[in-house]
Amino acid sequence: MRVVAAMSGGVDSAVAAARMLDAGHEVVGVHLALSQNAATLRECARGCCTIEDAGDARRVADLIGIPFYVWDMAARFRQDVVDDFIAEYAAGRTPNPCLRCNEKIKFAALLDKAMALGFDAVATGHYAQIVERASGARELHRAVDMGKDQSYVLGVLDAGQLARSFFPLGDTAKPQVRQEAAVRGFSVAAKPDSHDICFIPDGDTGKWLTDRLGEQPGDIVEIDGTKVGEHWGAYAFTVGQRRGLRLGQPAAGGEPRYVVEVQPRTNTVVVGISELLGVDAITGDHARWCGPAPQGVVSVGAQVRAHGEEIPATAWADGEAVEVRLQRRIRGVAPGQSVVLYEGTRVLGSATIASATTIPNSTTRAAAMADGSGNAVAGSPPAAG
Amino acid sequence: MLPEAIEAMTAQMATVGNASSLHTSGRLGRRVVEESRESIAQALGARPSEVLFTSGGTESDNLAIKGTFWARRDADPRRVRILVSTVEHHAVMDCVQFLEAHEGAKVTWLEVDQLGRVDPETLRAAIETDPAAVALVSVMWANNEVGTVQPIAELAAVAHELGIPMHSDAVQAVGQLEVSFAASELDLMSVSGHKIGGPLGVGALVARRDAQLVPLSHGGGHGRQVRSGSLDVPAIRGFAVAMRHSSAHREAATARMITLRDNLIRGAQAAGFDVQVTGDWEPGDGTRRLPGNAHLLVPGCDGDSLLYLLDAAGVQCSTGSACQAGVPQPSHVLLAMGMSEHRARGALRLTLGHTSTQADVDAFLASLPAAVERAQRAQTATSTRPTR
Repeated sequence: MRVVAAMSGGVDSAVAAARMLDAGHEVVGVHLALSQNAATLRECARGCCTIEDAGDARRVADLIGIPFYVWDMAARFRQDVVDDFIAEYAAGRTPNPCLRCNEKIKFAALLDKAMALGFDAVATGHYAQIVERASGARELHRAVDMGKDQSYVLGVLDAGQLARSFFPLGDTAKPQVRQEAAVRGFSVAAKPDSHDICFIPDGDTGKWLTDRLGEQPGDIVEIDGTKVGEHWGAYAFTVGQRRGLRLGQPAAGGEPRYVVEVQPRTNTVVVGISELLGVDAITGDHARWCGPAPQGVVSVGAQVRAHGEEIPATAWADGEAVEVRLQRRIRGVAPGQSVVLYEGTRVLGSATIASATTIPNSTTRAAAMADGSGNAVAGSPPAAG
Repeated sequence: MLPEAIEAMTAQMATVGNASSLHTSGRLGRRVVEESRESIAQALGARPSEVLFTSGGTESDNLAIKGTFWARRDADPRRVRILVSTVEHHAVMDCVQFLEAHEGAKVTWLEVDQLGRVDPETLRAAIETDPAAVALVSVMWANNEVGTVQPIAELAAVAHELGIPMHSDAVQAVGQLEVSFAASELDLMSVSGHKIGGPLGVGALVARRDAQLVPLSHGGGHGRQVRSGSLDVPAIRGFAVAMRHSSAHREAATARMITLRDNLIRGAQAAGFDVQVTGDWEPGDGTRRLPGNAHLLVPGCDGDSLLYLLDAAGVQCSTGSACQAGVPQPSHVLLAMGMSEHRARGALRLTLGHTSTQADVDAFLASLPAAVERAQRAQTATSTRPTR
């Protein structure tokens, strides 16, 4: 096959490209330029778009003997990822830009351009596995290395995208990948992993958002409406957040307070004790399925953060909408994040969290649905909590 | 690189000898350098003492511009103006912008017409706004992207009439055009070794004996006290051999290149994609456009997609645009010629050399239709949506 290897300049995508070449594919390395004003040198562990990173990727491509190009996707990235990120925060939600980038850039704009140019597929250094069934259907599964598993951020890929994707590192643990890079003589073998959001180089998301959305002072209130403080922009707060509230006075009971809700329309941040953060009913929209959409109520594992815990749950899909009932309450689920659904190690799909609440007697209901008697409600969505 | 130049250079590498030394091997080295200087001077219509060896075109441009700016300003502090065309190579543009940012230079960008030419009257008008404040004028001899040849002698005549020294980057011109330093009446001219089949890393600044230059690098005072540093004798010898060869074979080689260039441009235009040629093209002419330059605009394509597809088909070309952060940017030359950013993205620069053949041209023309169709689809696939 003719394959584009997306090369960030890091160790993972370097080894992925080399493995595709070893497997007999015709490989061309492509570095995506995603920043409209890239810095010359990398200054910290964040980001992958400096000229130094492009140079690292080119160095590997030269070493393994494949052509290498830089494709400018900065305008698309700005529109589909960065502007979306700002709009989501402005609307009081907490987006995950890595999912958006995979959905709109790496496995859409990049893949589409590659296909138009005559390639058959795209390979990346993500830690996830594709399992091909005898039927030819391709399933997305967790990586062998659970510490590095990135199936969560790939939960937005549909069957068509998976059919044209390769993740050559899914069967290998990270230390082995570094070792392999060293054996192959890659200069990036010991390069630190990148973290956090690539377009916010200093990692200060609140300040980055304030620079773009401006200061919008408003109130911080208790759940009963009592004003307890002020903020400079509700958009900078995320459900579950404790730091940076600057409330001065502790709560009556002396317990720490957390953000429990962000209300963008009234520019209000609602705080409360940690117990108020526990949720077990999630509604999602913008559902994306890695294969056929699940029918009726299904038992799943639900994960709401990139490296979060998987919680046993039941789910019910209706078009773009998804209802998820968790078997136990979890804290800090913010609208805008994604809930990714698993069956064993297989990724079923994902949805963007619209709301996260609690339902009365939730333990009983979740148990009822999970033990198979959920059939009783199949065909109609569970009542919203 | 020319086989003759490789042979001469490798033979020289086997002999030691710092051309600045007084001992026997030093004298032998110096003899090679001086004979090379004479050959190069003769080929360029210059005097040997006017040839200063450098590390290539970029250093020559920097020495000419910064060296003249500082020397002229030292002589008269009012002289801070630099007049330079909008289609220069980055070695000139960035150098001028450095002087603007750090040395108080005032830059006048000389506009070009749709073909990329500077009108001598544009230069005259620009100088005449304040002639006493002008440090120098710099206009390239021939453009590296679109191949347009400037009316260098006419421009130099205007500059001299108004008492201003003039520099020209002739890196692209040497080997393809008749270049005579004396006849051009330039004060300073940059040339490079590898563009004429010589080695990389060597070039020359041709500077009139009365040209005042402040050195950029200080040291032993070699090279007329303005360009210190031990000379790379083997590279200089290879450079001279290539220069002699290119001078002796120029007419025959360029006649062949003109035919190939014209076949390429006609064939691309006949391919049916509304392919346009930029710059000044008249079939058979080798004086207004570089004989080896074919610069095309393909609508609805990104140059880098075409470059990939053609490279995969065995045709090596370039987009002709500068890379910023590794990302191809629309060429400043095309923008200066009045083209929109969108159109400028579909630029494809094909360069023919002394080894190019009609078979190469045919191979390009055969692979062009499929490449354009794919590149157009790729651009559609990655264009941004107007709104959400």
